[in-house]
Amino acid sequence: MMRELKPISVNVENLISVNKYCVDEEHKHIELASEDLGSLPDEEFGKLVRLCPAALYKQQPDGTRSFDYAGCLECGTCRIACEGTILRTWENPGPGMGVTYRFG
Amino acid sequence: MVERGEYAGAKNMTGGRLYAHSLRSVLEGYGAGEVDWDDIPFERKIVHERIALMDKASACTVDFSSEELGRETCDSYSVLRAPFDQWLSQLAEQAGCEVLCGMAVDELLRNDDGAIYGIRVGEDRITAHVVIVAEGVNSLLTERCLGAPRPRPHQMAVGIKECFELPARVIEDRFLCQPGEGAAMLFAGDCTHGYVGGGFMYTNKESISLGLVATIGHLQEADTTICQMLDDFKKHPAVAPMISGATLVEHSGHMVSEGGYDMVPRFVYDGCLVAGDAAMLCMNLGYQVRGMDFAIASGRLAAEAACEAIDAGDVSCSALSAYKEAMESSFVIKDLKAYRSWPQVMDGWSGMFNEYPSMATAALNKLFTVDGSPLVPLKKRLKPIVKQYGIVKLARELKRAVDAL
Repeated sequence: MMRELKPISVNVENLISVNKYCVDEEHKHIELASEDLGSLPDEEFGKLVRLCPAALYKQQPDGTRSFDYAGCLECGTCRIACEGTILRTWENPGPGMGVTYRFG
Repeated sequence: MVERGEYAGAKNMTGGRLYAHSLRSVLEGYGAGEVDWDDIPFERKIVHERIALMDKASACTVDFSSEELGRETCDSYSVLRAPFDQWLSQLAEQAGCEVLCGMAVDELLRNDDGAIYGIRVGEDRITAHVVIVAEGVNSLLTERCLGAPRPRPHQMAVGIKECFELPARVIEDRFLCQPGEGAAMLFAGDCTHGYVGGGFMYTNKESISLGLVATIGHLQEADTTICQMLDDFKKHPAVAPMISGATLVEHSGHMVSEGGYDMVPRFVYDGCLVAGDAAMLCMNLGYQVRGMDFAIASGRLAAEAACEAIDAGDVSCSALSAYKEAMESSFVIKDLKAYRSWPQVMDGWSGMFNEYPSMATAALNKLFTVDGSPLVPLKKRLKPIVKQYGIVKLARELKRAVDAL
């Protein structure tokens, strides 16, 4: 049973902004089953909100949803949770694209 | 060697601690005295262990330091994969290996008989006698090209880590270490808000690695997000002083396979072997996490089996199964098998992440606080705390854990 989320205070965009990325603007390496995020089942989208270590899947208190592949850490967690349900594609970013860890 | 990152390690991340025995044996076997142990870009030798049970505002920590921890053959080191992997790949290059970076393998090539004979990278095809898949825990190739099952959410955890820069001297002072030496710390309880998982801290040369690992199957239904958990963890009174004044330099994510022996997929195919995290070779015991020593040993055994098969002119699955035999008679599969039932124990042990930390806190508060009121005998003070949880339940859980270890 999925529990209701407690208020979120952390701003993850500030945290990932220190990372080195080369964003592939041409190609989304992760695609959801629908562009209309509001139409995706709560249970599945809720998993992604909880799991993503870059907080790329967001749901505002008013229910508005967003997803941005640009800050992806390429861990694949969303794939394990939702490939086959609301995650349509998960590919590696193109050559030289995506995150480059300088520490790791 | 084909690497999808800009350099080896660019897409890699570890907690991270390397138990050095298998690296030492590879270097002794193949380094021919060319590699000086002191030149390896380890961060710090770990000689100080801490394990903490934490509730909302307190932490009960076991602190252990010992010469044995640093003794050659059982020594371990904190590492950062970007510098470490670049060093390792440069060794391979010096030994004659061609390293191709910035190339993501899209597919394994398969002939009419179903045997793997190479890789496809975009439009390019590269053929090989044997392909060794070592693409890590998020293994698209084993799932999509070799038919390995996708790991289930209860077999996998998500790891989140941040690196904080601090001067070496400050690290040594904060963690009570000599120059070059360092501490490792694991946490259970409130760090994951009581969900199955834990926290970790490793001291590097001039930075600190701090993060969490939480089982996907539980976290996906939790009342908070992994990012909020990490933020709360960083603000915990027992953690905040460790990173006080430090500069965040990287925020990273990586999965951890936690299912143990029972989730290791088939790793020998016609023309193809699977090694390291891609073969789910990882062991999380709660007080110890291993993976990189398995990865190094499995890579070595895979390479040795591949070389023998190529020399013999037969790279079929049966010829390559020397890899399977070597793995099974090595510590890799033996250790995973020995702790086979541990993942289920951990996954169902809610008390360890909730009541145990609060029991420890309550008991130690009674032990260490003095407020001037007349003393009640210690036994009388502690008994209700354990009784509330259930003495029989506690004993049963501890027995179950001991049996699995």
